[in-house]
Amino acid sequence: MTARATLFASIRQSLGVTGDEPARRAAVADRLKQHPRGVIPARGQLPPQEGVKLFAAMVEAAAGTAATLPSADDVPAAVAALLRRHNLPMQVRRGDDPRLAALPWDKERTLEVSTGASDGHQLVSVSHAFAGVAETGTLVMASGPDNPTTLNFLPDTHIVVVDAKDIAGDYETVWARVREKFGIEALPRAINLITGPSRSADIAQILILGAHGPRRLHVLIVGDGT
Amino acid sequence: MSIAHLTSPAFKENAKGALADAQLQSAMHGVETGVVDRRRATVAKLPEFEALRDSARDIKNHTLAHLDLYLEQFESRCIAAGGNVHYAVTADEARTKVLEICRKANARLVTKGKSMIGEEIAINDFLEANGIAPVETDLGEYLVQIRHELPSHIIMPAVHLTQEQIEADFRRVHTHLPADRQLVEPQTLLTEARVILRDRFLAADVGITGANFLIAETGTSIIVTNEGNGDLTQTLPRVHIVLASIEKVVPTLEDVSQLLRVLARSATAQEMSVYTTFSTGPRRDGDPDGPNEYHVIILDNGRTAMLGGQLREMLRCIRCGACMNHCPVYAAVGGHTYGWVYPGPMGAVLTPSIVGIENAGHLPNASTFCGRCEEVCPVRIPLPKLMRHWREREFERHLSPATVRTGLAAWGYLATRPRLYAVAMSLFVFALGLMGRLFGRFRWLPLAGSWTRHRDFPAPDVQTFQAQWKRGVRTR
Repeated sequence: MTARATLFASIRQSLGVTGDEPARRAAVADRLKQHPRGVIPARGQLPPQEGVKLFAAMVEAAAGTAATLPSADDVPAAVAALLRRHNLPMQVRRGDDPRLAALPWDKERTLEVSTGASDGHQLVSVSHAFAGVAETGTLVMASGPDNPTTLNFLPDTHIVVVDAKDIAGDYETVWARVREKFGIEALPRAINLITGPSRSADIAQILILGAHGPRRLHVLIVGDGT
Repeated sequence: MSIAHLTSPAFKENAKGALADAQLQSAMHGVETGVVDRRRATVAKLPEFEALRDSARDIKNHTLAHLDLYLEQFESRCIAAGGNVHYAVTADEARTKVLEICRKANARLVTKGKSMIGEEIAINDFLEANGIAPVETDLGEYLVQIRHELPSHIIMPAVHLTQEQIEADFRRVHTHLPADRQLVEPQTLLTEARVILRDRFLAADVGITGANFLIAETGTSIIVTNEGNGDLTQTLPRVHIVLASIEKVVPTLEDVSQLLRVLARSATAQEMSVYTTFSTGPRRDGDPDGPNEYHVIILDNGRTAMLGGQLREMLRCIRCGACMNHCPVYAAVGGHTYGWVYPGPMGAVLTPSIVGIENAGHLPNASTFCGRCEEVCPVRIPLPKLMRHWREREFERHLSPATVRTGLAAWGYLATRPRLYAVAMSLFVFALGLMGRLFGRFRWLPLAGSWTRHRDFPAPDVQTFQAQWKRGVRTR
């Protein structure tokens, strides 16, 4: 018998079932079809503008930083300002995401913008989030040809742009959008939920930022959610 | 069956050593205070926490009752996304499968994200013996790897180490760096590890991670980390291997979100861990990064047997570590005393299921049954009840020591004869009370020498509790 056959036979023996019981199959099919939401914390259930405020506050509570910009056109200037503030070289790497490609990067003459994945040599990356979750200040990043996963992890400083209108109160609202946009059978290869910069407390339980991922996470929220 | 690194049979000797180990005692000091207080504060900020625990328990119960069907669903979705699903009944089968995938990929260097299944099957020793270099990348796991130790906690693997010990280990192992470098600050230690491991991430051929969850409806594996090491491990190499066990599967994205809400809060007192990553299959057409191959190995190793017996509830465990953080025994003796991969209350239930009660009988006995573990368990596992289950099996199989068996038999004889019990106890208490009247306590008692060696026994009142109750005494 193959390991697979042995394992399934043991499970069924332990459960006292054959695997063919219509009621069990219906219970599973039903749960997958209904995918019930369960308990949703009231914390994130706010009008849009307040949801955006909670999101920013939770990003900062997780040791990230957040700023709100009136328009996407303000992103390049905000990126340049952040680099200057931290004395970083005026270079960023971004994906080909159309929402990032459409921005007026050429207005920042000193800013060098390259595109593609990271090979570990880039200090700063700029990504566009699929969504944000106000409940915990979590960014939801979806991988794809235009959104390299490595940009989320290899650079020291990660700047993430998120549309205020994409900030949801809870994860479940984001999953509904994922189902709608990609289909449940074709999830992006990687969905990264990111809450603050990388950290470790493995040395004598002292919390230190910047373990293997970015030491700094800066979120640029575009619009106010209305 | 020989189990690598198993010292659970020597629990008592281990505990003696641990209690006398000043470095260990100093390192463990922060667990009981820091983590416990922080968890309480974080939980207090979420009014729905208790309802979420119920929800988490119910989701796990539902999934376990339909485990065969959800695993089939996971398998078909994972394969549809271009992934490979493998099954292993034993630890040995899992190791062999990992090696086969590594050999096929001509792997020399393997990076590893933190995986308790990896520890359970002792994958590092096996790969090394077969000429493949495994490198742990979670800082805590890296520390225990360079010390050739097991993790002493399931989410804080190096919690038993002081900062000074870590500095000494880095100086011993990182010999290519200047011997006179400054390493006093924790930040400097972390940066040194970051630089060394960054090279390994970029050079590795295969990345092995665990899985906090598998999602049936999407064929997805999930890892939860704070460092980002697991993500670099699974994103950069050509091949990603996920080590999971059968009980990791949950039905839907919504279900996993309920569990995530209780996981980080219970584990590290965070509202949410920094990185929660959902991986579905290998790199797609046009993707600029990600692995070319994606394998999920699903291990049994004793779990299907638990599913059928009284230990099924243990399979709800989501490996948060709250039970050990709140355990007075764990805090006193540390994780290594338990003598295998899983310490603390959850280990006291799980370890005998995997290595046999004949090897791990001390573990379920090393509990005061204070119940704090059950109070904080995010999926409401009745850990004391399950430890009691193992004590009963141990007694039935005549594995407990003769003194314990004789004592229990004598007690059982009395306890099932109420009149005899009342007479015997009132005589006993009367005698003890008279004898102890002088000092109010005993510094030594016959047959209880090992108990009184560490504390005094208070002299009882001259009447038994039952007699006082009958007389109408209701307060002290």
